[in-house]
Amino acid sequence: MADNGSYEEVVQTRTPEDVAHFDDEKHGIMGRIQHALHVNPALVPLIILVFAISLFGLLLGQRFFSASTLTLILQQVQIVGVLAAAQTLVILTAGIDLSVGAIAVLSSVIMGQFTFRYGVPPTISIGIGMAFGMGIGAISGYLVSRVKIPPFIVTLGVWQIVLAANYLYSRNETIRSSDIRENAAALQFLGNKIQIGGANFTYGVILMILLVVVLAYALRSTAWGRHVYAVGDDPEAAQLAGVNVHRTLMSVYMMTGLICAIAGWVMIGRFSSVSPSASTGVVGNIQSITAVVIGGISLFGGRGSIYGAFFGAMIVGVFEMGLRMAGADPQWTFLLIGMLIIAAVGADQWIRKVSA
Amino acid sequence: MKKLLIGTALVTMTTAGSAMADAHGTSACLITKTDTNPFFVKMREGAQAKAEELGISLNAYAGQIDGDNESQVAAIETCIANGASGILLTASDTAAIVPSVEQAREAGLLVIALDTPLSPIDAADATFATDNFLAGELIGQWAAATLGDDAANAKIAMLDLAISQPTVGVLRDQGFLTGFGIDTVDVNKWGDETDERIICNEVTAGNEEGGRTAMENCLAVDPEINVVYTINEPAAAGAYEALSAIGRQDDVLIVSVDGGCPGVQNVADGVIGATSQQYPLLMASLGIEAIAQYAEDGTLPANTEGKDFLDTGVALVTDKAADGVESISVAEGTDLCWG
Repeated sequence: MADNGSYEEVVQTRTPEDVAHFDDEKHGIMGRIQHALHVNPALVPLIILVFAISLFGLLLGQRFFSASTLTLILQQVQIVGVLAAAQTLVILTAGIDLSVGAIAVLSSVIMGQFTFRYGVPPTISIGIGMAFGMGIGAISGYLVSRVKIPPFIVTLGVWQIVLAANYLYSRNETIRSSDIRENAAALQFLGNKIQIGGANFTYGVILMILLVVVLAYALRSTAWGRHVYAVGDDPEAAQLAGVNVHRTLMSVYMMTGLICAIAGWVMIGRFSSVSPSASTGVVGNIQSITAVVIGGISLFGGRGSIYGAFFGAMIVGVFEMGLRMAGADPQWTFLLIGMLIIAAVGADQWIRKVSA
Repeated sequence: MKKLLIGTALVTMTTAGSAMADAHGTSACLITKTDTNPFFVKMREGAQAKAEELGISLNAYAGQIDGDNESQVAAIETCIANGASGILLTASDTAAIVPSVEQAREAGLLVIALDTPLSPIDAADATFATDNFLAGELIGQWAAATLGDDAANAKIAMLDLAISQPTVGVLRDQGFLTGFGIDTVDVNKWGDETDERIICNEVTAGNEEGGRTAMENCLAVDPEINVVYTINEPAAAGAYEALSAIGRQDDVLIVSVDGGCPGVQNVADGVIGATSQQYPLLMASLGIEAIAQYAEDGTLPANTEGKDFLDTGVALVTDKAADGVESISVAEGTDLCWG
């Protein structure tokens, strides 16, 4: 934002003490609730999450409602959780990224193949994988911001390209977990656990939570974060207010690519092996969008909290685990998730009526 | 805001803390590649029937798509957390699933691979499967015997399963070539053969749509193809559609593997020349019996003599029996068919 120094000075000196906020004009209990939900977009998914955990806890008892099972759910959602964090950034700018899962899988394959095919030390391979993810993000960002192709189209293309490159480059070979354990333990680093009683926290889970907290802070309390919201809300207005829209978009897509590559590293930790045919490459985009939408983040951009996306991923994980434990047909899970998506957006619309 | 969040969370969490006691008998898990393919549907029925008979509770899980390793990992974790005695697994990614299988075995569960051997095969406690190589060999021998002297200049289309070359696809493909009398070069992968008679290797994903597209691609390479190997009967049905479209359905020999009821019906109708029938119901019910036995006294199932797995049998189904190749009639195949 260097070339906008004068703008920034003007804005900073004229900033009133009181920051903009929603007036609480409605009265009555319903109005109060509506207002609380409007101000805290992550509250609805949190309530649903707690409700879901309680429900399955009551239904399934100690098997479900135990430290080991609840932390197991965290492990099961760690990949989608990280991808949802990446997806949130793009969706906040009113875009959508269909290539997140494919970038994650290709990055994990690069980390594995560079180590085993070219003999690169694993830590450096991990760095190369991350640089790769960032590079793909940069290409998408450039096409969106400068060439003005809609994000849906750009990432639809990038998704296919990356997935095909992944199959071609890897020759569809799975790198076995035993080989990685013996020769490149750093690749599996995020699979290591910290045990506290019955709870197991893998480093991957801790990384996911840290990532969400750091991104939440960055989005809420830094100039860059406010610019992301501003660009998502109204790019023209943001441009006029002195936000460098191109640079903001580039940074968002590069950051997204980097986080997807981190998700690739998380995948190696979770599955211990490197598999180019991992289904995350095919369905990871939909899974991450599902988490983001259930998390109450608006697909029109400029509204929502990254915590919501994390809760959204957790909600899906809790339902999947609970229904699996109950022995329900897996199709019921998909059916319920579908209803949740629609209900979440319906609730969001009701909350937005606050000012009506 | 923060207080509100934490408060909401704590209140509801503590109310849920009261847990019910678990009724714990022997329980088993069945994890299949998908829950839409009739083969796996039949497998589940076989397992459920046997589980009810033995008083075992059974949970069935499946991936969203064939090749979905993530769902299978999550399912294995659920079975461990649920305290199941054993797992019957049809792996989507035979190498990638191994660490999860190790976890289950460390937790004291019996893991039996059904239908698809893991890589390595001894990653599971036991494998109950069709001898897929033999299944391929039978249709290969039958095709060669049926063609007679023309086998020497046959034009063969190989319609395989997937580019990731799952073991089951490799075994059937290489078995067929061996039975037909073609050098397989490396028996652990398909597509490296040099024999001029092989016109193409295409993948079908094991369904009608994939079979048709693959056959169309092969016919584009050489419209004179006269032998078609297919990974399974849905792929064979798709291939037949492609051949019908150019009017060549009657002068091409299609062979397949599976023995599902629609497939056997297709043998009766002349769509497929011969198919190797396998017995998924038997695989699943034997698997449940093995888990029950293991839960009772810890005995592990034994392998078939001379093989590193328990062979659940295979039979060639055709009404055009060929000399020197043992087969059963379509009527017999219909009695034994599944799906």
